[in-house]
Amino acid sequence: MSGNGTTPAEGEIRIGVYVCHCGSNIAGTVDVVEVARWAGEALKDRGVVVAREYKFMCSSPGQELITDDIRDLGLNRIVVAACSPHLHESTFRGATARAGLNPYLCELVSIREQDSWVHSDRSAATTKAKAILAGGVERVRRNVPLDPIDVDINPATLVVGGGIAGIQAALEIADAGFHVYMVEREPSIGGHMAQFDKTFPTLDCAACILTPRMVTAGTHPNITLMTWSEVTRVEGYVGNFTVTVRKKARYVDADLCTGCGVCEEKCPKKVIDETYEAGLGYRKAIYTPFAQAVPRVPVIDRENCTYFEKGTCKACEKFCEKAAIRFDQQDEELTLQVGNIIMATGYDIFDAREIAQYGYGRLPNVFTSIEFERLSNSAGPTNGRIVLRDGVTEPKTVGVIHCVGSRDRNFQNYCSAICCMQSLKFAHLVKERTGATVYNFYIDMRTAAKGYDEFYQRVLEEGTLFVRGKPAEVTEAGRLPGEDGKMVIQVEDTLAGRQRRIPVDMVVLSVGLKPRSDAREVATRFGISSSSEGWAIEKHPKLDPVATMTEGVFIAGCVSGPKDIPTSVAQGAAAAARVLSRIQNKSIRLEPIKAEIHAEHCSGCRICNGLCPFNAISFDSVLAVSSVNAAMCQGCGTCVAACPAGAISGSGFSDEQVMAQIEGLLRIGMNGTAPDRRRFPVASGETTGDRTAEEVRA
Amino acid sequence: MNAAPVSPVPTEVDLQTVFEPTVIGFTCNWCSYRAADLAGTARTKYPPNVRLIRLMCSGRLDPAFVLKAFAEGADAVMITGCHPGECHYIEQNLKALRRFRLLRRTLEALGIEPQRVQLVWASAAEGVHIAAEIARVTDEVRALGPLDWPADAAADTGINLDSAWEATGGQEAELAPAEAEQAPEADR
Amino acid sequence: MSRYMYYPGCSTERSGRAYRESLSAVCDRLGVNLVEIEDWNCCGATEYVGVSLSPAYALIARNLALAEAARENGEPVVASCSACYLNLAKANQYMRESPQLNAHVNTALAAGGLHYDPGTVEVRHLLEVVMHDVGLDAVREHVVKPLQGLRVAPYLGCMLPRPDPDHRWKNHERPDDLDRLLASLGAEVVDYPLKTECCGGHMTQIAPKVGLELIKRLIDEAERQQADMMVTVCPMCQINIDAYQGELNARFHTKHRMPIVFFTQLMGVAFGFDAKAMGFGRELTDARAALRKVGTAPEPAPVPAGGHRPRPDKRALPMPRPLDDGNGSASGATSEVVR
Repeated sequence: MSGNGTTPAEGEIRIGVYVCHCGSNIAGTVDVVEVARWAGEALKDRGVVVAREYKFMCSSPGQELITDDIRDLGLNRIVVAACSPHLHESTFRGATARAGLNPYLCELVSIREQDSWVHSDRSAATTKAKAILAGGVERVRRNVPLDPIDVDINPATLVVGGGIAGIQAALEIADAGFHVYMVEREPSIGGHMAQFDKTFPTLDCAACILTPRMVTAGTHPNITLMTWSEVTRVEGYVGNFTVTVRKKARYVDADLCTGCGVCEEKCPKKVIDETYEAGLGYRKAIYTPFAQAVPRVPVIDRENCTYFEKGTCKACEKFCEKAAIRFDQQDEELTLQVGNIIMATGYDIFDAREIAQYGYGRLPNVFTSIEFERLSNSAGPTNGRIVLRDGVTEPKTVGVIHCVGSRDRNFQNYCSAICCMQSLKFAHLVKERTGATVYNFYIDMRTAAKGYDEFYQRVLEEGTLFVRGKPAEVTEAGRLPGEDGKMVIQVEDTLAGRQRRIPVDMVVLSVGLKPRSDAREVATRFGISSSSEGWAIEKHPKLDPVATMTEGVFIAGCVSGPKDIPTSVAQGAAAAARVLSRIQNKSIRLEPIKAEIHAEHCSGCRICNGLCPFNAISFDSVLAVSSVNAAMCQGCGTCVAACPAGAISGSGFSDEQVMAQIEGLLRIGMNGTAPDRRRFPVASGETTGDRTAEEVRA
Repeated sequence: MNAAPVSPVPTEVDLQTVFEPTVIGFTCNWCSYRAADLAGTARTKYPPNVRLIRLMCSGRLDPAFVLKAFAEGADAVMITGCHPGECHYIEQNLKALRRFRLLRRTLEALGIEPQRVQLVWASAAEGVHIAAEIARVTDEVRALGPLDWPADAAADTGINLDSAWEATGGQEAELAPAEAEQAPEADR
Repeated sequence: MSRYMYYPGCSTERSGRAYRESLSAVCDRLGVNLVEIEDWNCCGATEYVGVSLSPAYALIARNLALAEAARENGEPVVASCSACYLNLAKANQYMRESPQLNAHVNTALAAGGLHYDPGTVEVRHLLEVVMHDVGLDAVREHVVKPLQGLRVAPYLGCMLPRPDPDHRWKNHERPDDLDRLLASLGAEVVDYPLKTECCGGHMTQIAPKVGLELIKRLIDEAERQQADMMVTVCPMCQINIDAYQGELNARFHTKHRMPIVFFTQLMGVAFGFDAKAMGFGRELTDARAALRKVGTAPEPAPVPAGGHRPRPDKRALPMPRPLDDGNGSASGATSEVVR
């Protein structure tokens, strides 16, 4: 027998069948009375002791029918034919458990979503309901009692990514008194928000609201901050992850450094800062990305450092009063033990150079939104002056193009969610600081959150001109009076119903958000799944947006898709709440849908080892057999299907259960009678459902 | 949005006279089963010929399940799973894809038309899509007619399939090509 | 030697003879074996599809059917004219998409004893074959007389990169393929913003005012960019820009004299063929004076890898990285020494 251990009832299998009307939802198309009658008669020899129909099985009286029958008739299997198991499986399993029967001996089969709602012919739908029910009856015969698995939770948590979502999550957990390791790839935490000047719609200064949080995170006794570091390996499972972190060499002794900044001042090597300044400004080869960086410890950019290049210079070392420069520092590998992981790894921006007709990278005065953020930031390369690429001239006319790379089947189909508001913010800032004429080119205006549409109204009143239409191109080839020396935005104004050519001095491309370039690789490392674009997939998009399919790994912020700051913060806090409830419970109960390898049948071929994406299968080289770690196993069953020796069983979805369900489903054909069974190699002339696995495989 | 192509719904009368195929559909708990749920919620109609089985993942699909379905009288089998890149178990649907290809080749060699085993990707949001695919497969199989597996294959071929089957270790030997493909070295 | 079925199109017989002469020599040199489809017919140009769809596509598909029957080993069909290319490619696609059109076309073809299954023949344009199958490295190997000193405006016209039914072009609005090809010949390539704008097509015949206005835009911009000549891939573009400059000058009181030649003519010259043999002199707006500039400029210094970004002035902000730079250096920085 493969299932879990042995068949519970050595004796007679006694099945109760319950067919739900669901008001008229099922009964309107399926003759439920007939289905119940048929089950009571035709499936009697399959162990059906009682078959009832009832108006609403999920109601209290409906559930009482089940619990009473279990007690009064000694039922040991339950089949409910009603709605989708995703809706009410837990309801009926709960009822079963209340009557003292193992909940996994109850099956819910769907005759609503898969039958009454999708078919209109009453006779065909009734026949199909019988088949579905027979499938459930055959399957439940092979069900075995299962027990949930309890796993201890290590109270320490890993937060990956130090943007606003990660900071929020870390602070919530740390404030609750539990330890947090925060790993950040860049030299400082802060993320994209640290690059912004103002935040919509309130126009708060981003640094003013972010910096205090960064400082708190940096000094919190419960937070171990690891910047300039990356997670390289994740092993283990919920409650007991072992995480390897590579701490890249800073070439600066963080304990000695006071963050005075002399090294940066004295460093002779100036390079374009592609990360924090988005390529618009400069930094030195030894640098902290920005003044409020946390930690305030610089790093040496080895690729550009004159000492690493030529072996001489050491200006930073000469001037460092604390002698904190360490040219011989090496990368370090650290191992952390954590119970839960929150991934808040954020996003990249769409590369506007891909849309050649907008001229970014070719026409100097076409800027991306992130460049504009730096341009308008008083701590940015122009001290907040909004000027053209020459660094001097203020624009007289500015065009802001929405949806660059978003809502575009050539690039990304999705809406990047933040660009409308960001573009409105740009329009406001340009008007406020330069008085220039501003055109916003939009497809649809999406200002759905609190205070957003009011901000749109405000920008309208300020006199920004809105053109509904997606610009065809930005060209330097002027041909009409007034176009000389300007860039021309060619656009179909879909409200005016005509083509327009609008000459401007500056173009701002509101570029969309994209998954991190290494998102897929990182998702694989943490064992979570991602969409075809690369966004992390939530456990449920509506009802469980911060959990993933992998127990113990949570997501917050833009890692799962474009989000604004309030939503990212809310998700950070939500993920923290989920982790905190795990920590408070001290242990977690896992669904017992797992694979198990029976060592006595395992030939040690290791085919299954490479198939498991969660690394749940390990090989014992002494015993020469493989085994499954139940806490890491997610229950997909791929190894079960692959084992050539049939040594792996999948509880909840065993071969016996599936085979039996197939038999049941085909008990009656389309015309309501038994279909032709073919002599087919696998069947050997008789059905397998009632034979044990050993018999089948022998 | 609910307008999935609908093939004519058979009436009781012609069920006795006209061939209506029975199709077994294997669904993934996370995508195609939910797509079928969504088709239901949206009342998207499709032919009643299909009967679905829920697995946790298309990767759980043992090729023997398909053979079993044919043996029990199914005229076709649909294997459904998440779109490549969207598997809830990261990449197990791709393993299903590889098994599917081998299985189809094997079945073709056994004389079973390839349209009788079809692989369909459907995300949890694609209720209309899965309904349309069910309709399409049903139509194709209806056109093919009943699975024409000989009543006694052994008599037809002169080979004793039962003893051949058992002599080779049953399931193990039948699945050997599929397993060979899944060997770790072929995996990476 | 790679073999292709060649569909010349009508214009290469007369007005576009320079194209035919030069491409034959160049393809020969590059090892591109063009086998002319026997008994090919006109593709219907831009007019016929606007008159009646089924006969128009039957006309086009006849060429594909002939090519399919004559080819040996799945060779693609290559067209040198953008209009021919687009018509052939569209026939392939539309017949595939519409069973009705497919039936109509094949009924017509059957009358001539022919049949065509849409999609069986690959349709390609000569420029794309040169770029993808031959490659710029192979082109450079054959350059014996680099075109240094010649300033050219690459002009593709509107029909080659769009609508691109077979997804052959990476960028549809501003493809840089012709730019890169001409640069590999040593020419100085101007960043010509109107490279995919329309030349007017047959508007010069039916609505001269519109046609001439479109041509004027193209020539104005090429002159503004101080190009010595325009370079094209399409006989229709070539004849429009070449032949109407007199009429255009009279109408708009301009003094344009902008030569336009086929890219294969310049490839031939760079490969060392005689300019006359490459069809120079056949054009109405003489290109030979401009051609004399070849060799007048020194070879440009190679741009260093990860090169400096132009920054005319200390106050100016850096330009973005070029696209083929990938994702930038590992340190997220670009080196620029400021001492």
